[in-house]
Amino acid sequence: MKFIIATIKPFKLEEVREALTEIGVRGMMVTEIKGFGSQSGHTEIYRGAEYAVNFVPKIKLEIVVSADMADQVIEAITKTARTGKIGDGKIFVLDAQQAIRVRTGETDGDAL
Amino acid sequence: MKLQKILLPAAALVALPVTGFAQDDAATVGADEFVWIMNSLLFLIGGFLVFFMAAGFAMLEGGLVRSKNVAMQMTKNVGLFSIAAIMYWLIGYNLMYPLGDWAIEGYFSGLFPSVGVLEAVGITLADADDAAYASTGSDYIFQLMFCAATASIVSGALAERIKLWPFLIFSAVLTGFIYPLTASWTWGGGWLSEAGFSDFAGSTIVHACGAAAALAGAIVLGPRIGKYKDGKVNPMPGSNLALATLGMFILWLGWFGFNGGSQLAMGTVGDIADVSRIFSNTNMAAASGAVTALILTQILYKKVDLTMVLNGALAGLVSITAEPLAPTLFGALWIGAIGSGIVVFTIPLLDKLKIDDVVGAIPVHGFAGIWGTIAVIFYGDASLGTQLLGIVAIVGSVFVLALIMWLILKAVVGIRVGEEEEINGLDMAELGMEAYPEFSKG
Repeated sequence: MKFIIATIKPFKLEEVREALTEIGVRGMMVTEIKGFGSQSGHTEIYRGAEYAVNFVPKIKLEIVVSADMADQVIEAITKTARTGKIGDGKIFVLDAQQAIRVRTGETDGDAL
Repeated sequence: MKLQKILLPAAALVALPVTGFAQDDAATVGADEFVWIMNSLLFLIGGFLVFFMAAGFAMLEGGLVRSKNVAMQMTKNVGLFSIAAIMYWLIGYNLMYPLGDWAIEGYFSGLFPSVGVLEAVGITLADADDAAYASTGSDYIFQLMFCAATASIVSGALAERIKLWPFLIFSAVLTGFIYPLTASWTWGGGWLSEAGFSDFAGSTIVHACGAAAALAGAIVLGPRIGKYKDGKVNPMPGSNLALATLGMFILWLGWFGFNGGSQLAMGTVGDIADVSRIFSNTNMAAASGAVTALILTQILYKKVDLTMVLNGALAGLVSITAEPLAPTLFGALWIGAIGSGIVVFTIPLLDKLKIDDVVGAIPVHGFAGIWGTIAVIFYGDASLGTQLLGIVAIVGSVFVLALIMWLILKAVVGIRVGEEEEINGLDMAELGMEAYPEFSKG
């Protein structure tokens, strides 16, 4: 099993969700986050004074899928979340060791 | 039938003074009475419109301070208005209108004049304090609202760091002594009116007065923690721009009473026509002020700054206040536009001087007020020299008196909350309650 963490631009969330459910992803966790990467913030002006927005709003997706599906998920996210402009986000892939469905006690593949 | 019912008494009202057939004395409205009634009505309508500006100031300031200080800002606004109402009765009204009874001729009518007294219940015109003017109650309530406006200007500039009680004490002194004193020089028939100084509804007398008191306070008080750090200005965005916009619109509405009521008469065709001109010019100046700020911030900052647009509309209003009657609509347009331009450029300038004015009260009411007072020379009947004399005399005196008052308060009770209180917000530190408790972290 793979644990996939992806950060995307907030306005791409709906599109990414549709793409993922289409390829059979049956669950995900979504969090509104702030952070910086190579985009490293930008500046705004309030009442004539420039100020830095150091942390940019992003959406964090956390998805656990079987190992053979991981590449498909990564491809779906990169394809739908990409605008080509700086700040499109990043994807991290980890190994997931266990998964348990709370209601039934099913484990791993059956729990996803 | 219904229409006739309405028309008949109206026709009688018009006909009676002309024909003079007064069958029932109690129902008679002579020409003099008609004028007196209409004048009083103008003051009453103007009075409640200007009263509503207190709500406008409260919303504007509530929207432009951070959420942790909103409840405190509301407390200051309701407190200062109510204190002004009492102080103006106690001292201010008769200090401002000595009716020729001066302690120092033209300058000072006495430290403790008598309290404001209304006419008796159910008078006839013969019993009126001033049969050629309006009822004392209507004049009193109208003038009181102007007095309260000066203190409202101060509360916005000093928001988010000043202690409640010292601020209220200052408001009492401003509305009881300082404003009535400097206003008496013109509107009380003092030396500035003798000199020919012209300030129709108070660009300088009311607005720049409030701004001068605010400037003195902002200097003594110092900027908010973190506002100016390492030579940089750190913006502290307001909590609710919808409330701030509502506040601006309420002030705009109230200004019709502020300027229109300052015609001081509505009993003749000429007077009501003049009130109508004033309404139209007032509206035009506000609109051109807003549009100017829209365009200027788009050009200067590449994005429109709503808070500046709100300030721009108000700057237009302040600018036209010194002479809202004489200009053409085009005159009102360019006078308001320049006032707004001044504000857009001086808000960052004050930041460079590290004078922290939370809502832009000093540029809007002070700099635009001074501009409006100078602009009287283009359409009104005034000389540049006299206008400058009035501006320097009033702004200078208010600034010095306010500065002394702030320094005394600072030395005796302290005017600033502690660092921890300021960072946690005045709502919890001084009131123990919050404007938006649902959104707090705890």
